[in-house]
Amino acid sequence: MTEEIYNAEHIVKTFGHGKNQVQAVKDVSFGLEKGQVTCIVGESGSGKSTVARMVLGLMPITSGKLIFQGKDVTNLKGRARTEYWRDVQAVFQDPFSAFNQFFTVGKLLERSMLMVGKNVGQERLEESLGYVGMDLSVLARYPHQLSGGQRQRVMIARALMMQPELLIADEATSMLDASLRVNVLNVLKDLRDQLGMTVLFITHDIGQACYLADRVLVMENGVMVEQGTTDEVIFNPQHEYTKRLLADVPKLHEEIELHDLQEELQKAGELA
Amino acid sequence: MSLRGLSPRFWVAAVLVAFVVLVGLIGPLIVSTNPDATVGGLYEEPRCCGPLILGADNEGQSVISNLVYGTRTSLIIGLVAGLIGTAIGLLVGLVAGYRGGWIDDVLSAIVNVGLAIPVLVIIILVSVSLPKRNLYTLALVIGFTAWFWVARAVRAQSSSIRTREHIDVAKLSGAGFWSILRRDVLPYLLSYVVMACILQISGAILFESTLSMLGLGASNTTSLGTMLYWAIQWGSVRTGAWWAFVPPTFMLTLIVFSLLLLQSSLNEVFNPRLRRGRAARKKAVKEGTELGTPIEAGDAGPVGTEGILESPVSAGRDR
Repeated sequence: MTEEIYNAEHIVKTFGHGKNQVQAVKDVSFGLEKGQVTCIVGESGSGKSTVARMVLGLMPITSGKLIFQGKDVTNLKGRARTEYWRDVQAVFQDPFSAFNQFFTVGKLLERSMLMVGKNVGQERLEESLGYVGMDLSVLARYPHQLSGGQRQRVMIARALMMQPELLIADEATSMLDASLRVNVLNVLKDLRDQLGMTVLFITHDIGQACYLADRVLVMENGVMVEQGTTDEVIFNPQHEYTKRLLADVPKLHEEIELHDLQEELQKAGELA
Repeated sequence: MSLRGLSPRFWVAAVLVAFVVLVGLIGPLIVSTNPDATVGGLYEEPRCCGPLILGADNEGQSVISNLVYGTRTSLIIGLVAGLIGTAIGLLVGLVAGYRGGWIDDVLSAIVNVGLAIPVLVIIILVSVSLPKRNLYTLALVIGFTAWFWVARAVRAQSSSIRTREHIDVAKLSGAGFWSILRRDVLPYLLSYVVMACILQISGAILFESTLSMLGLGASNTTSLGTMLYWAIQWGSVRTGAWWAFVPPTFMLTLIVFSLLLLQSSLNEVFNPRLRRGRAARKKAVKEGTELGTPIEAGDAGPVGTEGILESPVSAGRDR
């Protein structure tokens, strides 16, 4: 059993007031184990991105508690929050809107360089670009001169500059085409294997979760309906929703990559 | 942005604005006559060549000299007041829109109250109560009272930019409040601010001449409004001394018209959806496809057309 680096206890997020009140996240608890990839799986609107934003401290939580490395990090403000972001970084869904189009890549990464300090900054810069398979020539480029996959890799490099303990990837692959997707997934995998980084990967695609995750959390309508190791959740799903998600994996996909899965599913179906 | 892409409208506007600026800058150097010196009789008719080319006014002063000095006054007031107004409106709008929460509520309330009060009344009251009115105090008064709509328009834009992902990325990279405001929000609405500034300048010029025409203008300063004031006071319209009131009216119209034309043609450049005509639409389609290829867009530089596309609200509509 590895140690838990992050704990979310009974977190709730409510939007709006009175009649228009919507509970996006309802009493969710989970833990992230150090050096593992944890996936949150769920359809759109299930509250998984809200969870990610709360974990990042970009969105205040309505109630509950967030604990990172034994410290309470619920609703941090100002400098404390900036300090927190030295350890917790993120990659977002849309590699097009995540860039300030008036900045070159160099200028974008310069901010992170200032955050880690000028001396180590340059080293980190080359190092993190190396991890995502890019070289320094990319620094002079504007985002519109890069492809979607390149942009997303720059975004990952940006997050890596801080050498975070925890990396949150919020649908980081969903805007990329299939070949690039595997590319980015492998980068995340390498980070775990080589740097021992903890990754929280958020996706609607249970196939990707299966490929990457050590642990899988399943969310439906703001409720965490199932969590466990990948083997448990994917090959022996307990909750109705998880089974439905698995059944919805496209046929072609299934035959090529998840052939075993199909058989397992049938067995599970017979048992149930 | 290449110069060829600009519409003929823009060039007409640019030439007109350049002409007005030249009149204001170089005019006083060419027309060496002192605008306060008496060079002719009461409403002496225009005659060729010399200080009386446009005749004399009620005090026998040269109209052409008053005209060029007055143009200079108008431009100075417009520029100072317009820049002050734009700067205040920009700051308030940026902070309110980006920050949100109670700060936004308070600032928006102030802006709404400001918009509800007729600015001209405030300007008249303040300028009457000033002990000494010169060119610059007048410009300050106009600048400090006519920024509300800029603030509101900028607020709307910046609050929409606030929700974009690149702002989150900047925060995660440790950027501070002002750094994000200046480098991540402002560039996205810069084209918009430029257009707002042009409208502010033309508005300020009109305010100044209105005040001066009412006799509330800067004392001891030649201005187009003051010329009209004296023309009305001395009944030049009734006596048929057209040279006393037509030139300043024409000049004012020209200044404001050229600025508005410049603004609307810039709006067309920044906002391709507004381009008119078949050729323009064809061009927009062509540019649209070119924008899709990453390298082609490269020569657009950091201030590409992309960001401007995303601020479709016409500045003119807010007035």
